[in-house]
Amino acid sequence: MKSRLILVLGLAASVACSNAMAQKKYGPGATDTEIKIGSTNPYSGPASAYGVIGRAESAYFKMINDQGGINGRKINFISLDDGYSPPRTVEQVRKLVEQDQVLFLAGTLGTPPNSAIHKYVNAKGVPHIFVNTGATKWGDPKNFPWTMGFNINYQAEGHIYAQYILDTKPDAKIAILYQNDDYGKDYVKGLKDGLGDKAAKMVVAEASYEVTDPTIDSQIVTLKASGADTFFNVTTPKFAAQAIRRVYDMGWKPLHILNNVSLSVGSVLTPAGLDKSVGLITAAYYKDPVDPQWQNDPGFKEYAAWFKKYYPEGDIRDAFNVSGYLIAQGVVHVLKACGDDLSRENVMKQMTSIKDLQLPMMLPGIKWNTSSGDYFLIESAQLARFDGKEWVRFGKIIGK
Amino acid sequence: MEAFLHQLLSGLATGGIYASLALALVMIYQSTSHINFAQGEMAMFSTYLAWSLINSGVPYWWAFLLTVAISFVAGVVIERVIIRPVEHAPVLSIITVFIALLVIFNSVAGWIFTYTIKTFPSPFPEQPLFGNRFISSHELGAIGITLAVLVMLFLFFRFTPLGLAMRAAAQNPVSSRLVGVRVGWMLALGWGLAAAVGSVAGVLVAPIVYLEPNMMSGVLLYAFAAALVGGIDNPFGAVLGGFVVGVLENLIGAYLIGTELKLTVALVLIIGVLLVKPTGLFGRVFVTRV
Amino acid sequence: MIEAASTAGVPIPRYAGLSVRAWKAIGFAALLGAAVALPFMVSSYRVFQFNMVLVYAIVLLGLNILTGYNGQISLGHGAFYAIGAYVAAILMEHFGWPYWATLPVAGLACFAFGFLFGLPALRLRGHYLALATFALAVAMPQILKYKHIEHWTGGVQGIVIIKPEAPFGLKITPDQWLYLFTLAIVVVIFVVGWNLLRGRVGRALVAIRDHPIAAEAMGVNSALYKTLTFGVSAMFTGVAGALGAIVIQFVAPDSFTSGLSINFLIGIVIGGIASISGAFYGALFIQFVPNFADQISKAAPWAIYGVFLLAFVYLMPSGVAGFVRLAWMRMRGVRYRRDI
Repeated sequence: MKSRLILVLGLAASVACSNAMAQKKYGPGATDTEIKIGSTNPYSGPASAYGVIGRAESAYFKMINDQGGINGRKINFISLDDGYSPPRTVEQVRKLVEQDQVLFLAGTLGTPPNSAIHKYVNAKGVPHIFVNTGATKWGDPKNFPWTMGFNINYQAEGHIYAQYILDTKPDAKIAILYQNDDYGKDYVKGLKDGLGDKAAKMVVAEASYEVTDPTIDSQIVTLKASGADTFFNVTTPKFAAQAIRRVYDMGWKPLHILNNVSLSVGSVLTPAGLDKSVGLITAAYYKDPVDPQWQNDPGFKEYAAWFKKYYPEGDIRDAFNVSGYLIAQGVVHVLKACGDDLSRENVMKQMTSIKDLQLPMMLPGIKWNTSSGDYFLIESAQLARFDGKEWVRFGKIIGK
Repeated sequence: MEAFLHQLLSGLATGGIYASLALALVMIYQSTSHINFAQGEMAMFSTYLAWSLINSGVPYWWAFLLTVAISFVAGVVIERVIIRPVEHAPVLSIITVFIALLVIFNSVAGWIFTYTIKTFPSPFPEQPLFGNRFISSHELGAIGITLAVLVMLFLFFRFTPLGLAMRAAAQNPVSSRLVGVRVGWMLALGWGLAAAVGSVAGVLVAPIVYLEPNMMSGVLLYAFAAALVGGIDNPFGAVLGGFVVGVLENLIGAYLIGTELKLTVALVLIIGVLLVKPTGLFGRVFVTRV
Repeated sequence: MIEAASTAGVPIPRYAGLSVRAWKAIGFAALLGAAVALPFMVSSYRVFQFNMVLVYAIVLLGLNILTGYNGQISLGHGAFYAIGAYVAAILMEHFGWPYWATLPVAGLACFAFGFLFGLPALRLRGHYLALATFALAVAMPQILKYKHIEHWTGGVQGIVIIKPEAPFGLKITPDQWLYLFTLAIVVVIFVVGWNLLRGRVGRALVAIRDHPIAAEAMGVNSALYKTLTFGVSAMFTGVAGALGAIVIQFVAPDSFTSGLSINFLIGIVIGGIASISGAFYGALFIQFVPNFADQISKAAPWAIYGVFLLAFVYLMPSGVAGFVRLAWMRMRGVRYRRDI
């Protein structure tokens, strides 16, 4: 008797299901109750400072799930550790795609790790979006239609600085300090391309450092000795703080351009010394969580509330968290736009039809725009000068 | 010329950093005949301890002394609890234990203190000495403290019965035991001392490179190089090796090959030194008895 | 050696009418059969993982010959692995070579490089050698990025390799094919290694490790053996590097950091020093345990990994292979004699 009842119920349920299926479309990893998303981040190893980005993303999705998920579906965000090692990224991504069957990948971090899976995900037709690096190759819809980057690309940012130098200091003598990897070299290329023919004459010194170097003092000495009056600082937070402090302590007073990666007031400028950071120029596109000008901003307040409730173990001063937050918000935006058609094709379609999206933690006026021919998400930024307390934006928004 | 002088002095300053950790490496080598790969991470952890103390209002020098004392005890405990069970294991197993300690300390530090860089106070004045722009007061002070630690260690090993017993226990445990040296405790003391010296290194390095969980991993590489160049069983050699590596690295990077192969050339030079002097410039020569 | 000593002079025990040797042969055949069947029984992601296990097993055998049997501690085998990988990638990318043809070249290049590195290494002892080889591993990524060879190495961007398809119209996936191809190479290399180590050469290596002066006195050309061992060890590692590059389909400087070399050393210690079968146990450890640690804790995966390391070293002081050997001897009722 009882078994018959179960049978009937089961039948009814399956009928209900197939009715629903008529309107809904599901790719792998998506069901009525769940959407599986995959990601890789360095939680271990020498690059683990970036691990907070993955943790911030997870914390944001937790909030979304607590609020009922997206159209009733909970987000199952599977973020795996790759230790910033490309072979492990390949392995983890294959696990996500083949075993866990995620709908798509979002926020996979680092140029070398993503280069390793670039071809694989495109052959498999898995959306590989909000790729968390600024290499230019993530915006190549013809050859790699499934891959889209998140950051403003490093070369474009380099262009912005080049334009600024050409406009304000056309006879500048530029010294460059860069990290000896794809990230550093992309910035240098962007700046030189932006300077055009004048690059050979204007760039008077270049020095690189390895992430394993304890200090960059020697490089700064070399750069200062070149007689440069403009310093392009392409470094990650620890080295940026060291460089800002060292440049000041040596009495070198160049026009100091700091790359966006290290604009964090809390985790870079404060350790370097706020007084020593006066006059720094950068291209900003999101709100720095320590910058006093945003303390009463509704977008930031929302961020701070989320941080307090869902991410208490994090350090709010660390600006890396903002990129995790933005990526997670971007994913939520795309999923909402997908509605009930959660196929991989539709994810890509929605990803490429973002129109004038202004997220609360982005700077006012900096909007996200994509199309089937334009795979670059963030393409504009605004120059800002540090006045000892906050980043003061100036000039118009540059880029699209 | 001014730039050259500057490179030289800045090389000495970074050399001082390498020297301080190399001293801890030599310390543990002298008392246990092992190279401790976790030495840098232990020093980093001690530095976080000092940072926590200072942040909770303990005055700098008290925090410094407390950290050194706690690190000493922690070193003894690590030897007793973690190293003792594998004391007689092959050297490779012991290296594996060191690597395990390294990853544990690194990961736990990141977990507790996050990876955001932290400023660490210096006991020395902010203004450089004599108004020079080449070397900061802290860097000079750090070199001074390193040299003082060196002299203290030298006196300890050379002139105290305990120091003698420790050296004996490391070099010939069997005979030492026969003459009444408590070899097990000597090894534990060696660990304690190395951890204490390491904590001093950490506290001196942190104001220069900022405190974060990976603070010491780069320094450790160069400390190895320093110990190799100077001789891994000679504290004077290791400290001198630190300065040599720091200066050479700067001069090579600035004047010879540029920064892109700086590390490589520094390492090639070290191997070159070893070819001429296989036990480093001041290392004891191996004598094999049949 | 313990086995040889414990069975000498005693009537050979038989189990179910077969000698231990016959049982061993059957065991090996069964294992090989299982290894061949494996890719057809698990998902292609697992096939890929086991393929990497095989690749690491070759490295660990090579490293074990040098470090385990010959006593020369190398913390720089990641560098040889990188050279093998780049040789394969460059030959495929710039010269259009088929993937299989790159393996001998990668092996030979690494043999030459290892032999040359072995010459100065002769002068170094113990920790000095360990740290000098570590220096090589540390410098490797920087060398690979160097701008004047960027044209060949692809610089920081690395080289993407195309995955080979199964030949002869075989109806199997590229993953399965590559696994079987790797397995065939593993069999060849392990047979070569086994023959090398159990005979005269193996005894000479162990003699040099344990009693260098006595070995010299007995006419073992220690210098030649040591440098050749360095070469052969690097050669195995280079072949593995080439295979690894083909399996991963990508080489970049960041794939070959000093952490890789340390992982290899961990592999031979966990697997069992101076043990051939230990290479497989070690390979399984370095392939699977980091992922396992990541699953336990996102907050501090390395801490979990470290605890695993400690647990293995404490519980199996002579590696998994030693543990298995002991268990096997217990099972056969051979008492472990401490005096051997």
